[in-house]
Amino acid sequence: MTAAALLNRDLLRRALPGITLAILLVAIFVKQPMAMSQFGLTLIFQYAVPIALATIAQMFVIAVNDLDLSIGAFVGLVTCIAGLYLPTQPLLGIFLLLLCIAAYAAIGALIHLRNLPSIVVTLGMSFVWAGLAVLLLPTPGGKAPDWLHGLMNLKVPMIPFPIIAALVIAVLVQAALMHSSYGVVLRGTGGNPKAVARAGWSLLKTKMVMFGLAGTFGVLSGLSLIGLTSAADAHIADRYTLYSIAGVILGGGAFIGGIVSPAGAVLGALTLASAGWLLGFLHISPDWQIGAQGAILIVVLTLRALISRGAVR
Amino acid sequence: MNATFRRLQQAPWIWSFIGAGAVWLATIAFTRGLGAGEIVTAALSFACFTVIVGTGQMLVITTGPGNVDLSIPATITLCGTVAMKVMDEQNGMIIVGIVAALAAGAVVGALNYGLIRFLRIPPIIATLSMSFLVQSSAIAYNRGIRIKPPSALDAFTTGETLGVPWIAVLTILFSVAVGVVVGRSYYGRAISAIGQNARAAWLANIPVERFRFLTYVASAMLSAICGILLAGFSGGPALDMGAEYLLGSIAVVVIGGTSVAGGRASVPGIWGAALFMFLLVTMLNTFGASAGIRLVATGLIIIAVIAIAGGEKEAR
Repeated sequence: MTAAALLNRDLLRRALPGITLAILLVAIFVKQPMAMSQFGLTLIFQYAVPIALATIAQMFVIAVNDLDLSIGAFVGLVTCIAGLYLPTQPLLGIFLLLLCIAAYAAIGALIHLRNLPSIVVTLGMSFVWAGLAVLLLPTPGGKAPDWLHGLMNLKVPMIPFPIIAALVIAVLVQAALMHSSYGVVLRGTGGNPKAVARAGWSLLKTKMVMFGLAGTFGVLSGLSLIGLTSAADAHIADRYTLYSIAGVILGGGAFIGGIVSPAGAVLGALTLASAGWLLGFLHISPDWQIGAQGAILIVVLTLRALISRGAVR
Repeated sequence: MNATFRRLQQAPWIWSFIGAGAVWLATIAFTRGLGAGEIVTAALSFACFTVIVGTGQMLVITTGPGNVDLSIPATITLCGTVAMKVMDEQNGMIIVGIVAALAAGAVVGALNYGLIRFLRIPPIIATLSMSFLVQSSAIAYNRGIRIKPPSALDAFTTGETLGVPWIAVLTILFSVAVGVVVGRSYYGRAISAIGQNARAAWLANIPVERFRFLTYVASAMLSAICGILLAGFSGGPALDMGAEYLLGSIAVVVIGGTSVAGGRASVPGIWGAALFMFLLVTMLNTFGASAGIRLVATGLIIIAVIAIAGGEKEAR
């Protein structure tokens, strides 16, 4: 195998998330040309921003070789806090949201200090978040603060707002995590924890930072979600847990070794957000919506396996 | 005293029974002994479902770090639905329905393994993707209709003698059998060996891949059995019937003393942990806790239990 071909395979693997999304969009445009407009794209990617933010949150956790099964319930809790307190008692609301982020960092510390399986801890936390959300808001209600509602429904000429927002998120996180020196240390915690520890970095600290970042993006996801729905609900984001894991993996993240891609994760989230529409345009029953996401995941992972297997030979 | 303590350390599963007993005592202290027996009967019934899927999950987790079956809830739902649809409320069709559900389970297990082995997808992601497909199949197949179980299956799953549910007796026998298989058989020793060091096991001529395959198929077929019993017990399949067993199956394995890093299984602990989990919710209900408090307490107690039990030491 020549160096050029190797490069091509690597390039292909990196481009896979983008290619997947492009194929999906082309299919949507072929079936429904009306979708190829600012209005159509805004509609298709309506919920892309909260899903992308939740996916980024999950990505931080996956980068340190853990898995967060509580992010969906957490985003639901954030909408409840935001819907109840932000319009009337903004200071209390902000304090509670900061407390949530601190709790996330504390979970990271607990997992690290006691060497616990993150799946079990975060599954337990999903009960805690859901319980707190139900205690705060037993029935759907609350109200999004006006500035949030305004921000999420911003009209920009030419390009649909969700796409601009997703682009901004992708570029910012990509720059911070992939092109900064501390980002390398953070990812190293997943890739080679021993080396990072020997180099004098505190693994406890990096793990807390990563979980804290996950909590921060979980909060942002909840805020953007309530800005769109304008009402809060404890169970509004239950599916986000699965979406976010699938999004990270679709975007080129591997489950081990600190291999993640923020830009890919955002593309993966956009893919998942638009997959449902294609099913609708193809007149496939919504029963298969979750199944289609599983199928996309398997197909993309198959392609990735084929590309890497070729590279090894 | 010291000897007792040492024995406790050697058998971490005893803690789960102590916890279950303590929660039960707290409950009947609150009710002044009222319903003490009924609570035990209910706990035995509900624990069965958790024990069955927990056993499958334990086998999977024992085969090594990263191995976990997240498709259990979806498989329970699909197989419960398949069984009830095939049985079509006729007692004569019960056997056919059971066979169909077990076959569906076996297919899911084989596909799980196929994704892990041939596409090299990490088990968590593989079983998660598979659960999406399985859940969708269940939704499409079920069409939201609640089919009643055949009368004989209903009578069997809800039957009890002197407060002991029949399914509990069978499940205890099943657990004893699994205990023997895990502790004494070639298969049991082999999956522990694989979990401790897959390469060493392979070098020792253990058919690693065949046993991994069997383990994933066994887990999915146990989910199928749980689905059949649960559908019979609760008057028909429901689309969310498996949902609580995602946490349930993993939690009972961990609380029961099975090593999360693989290589060490604990069958009795699953029973203790399953009883503990059910009695815990019963206790909170008895104390009049709201749904929110119940959720928070369940979550915190699970985290507290594993935090105290601690994770594995990394060096091996």
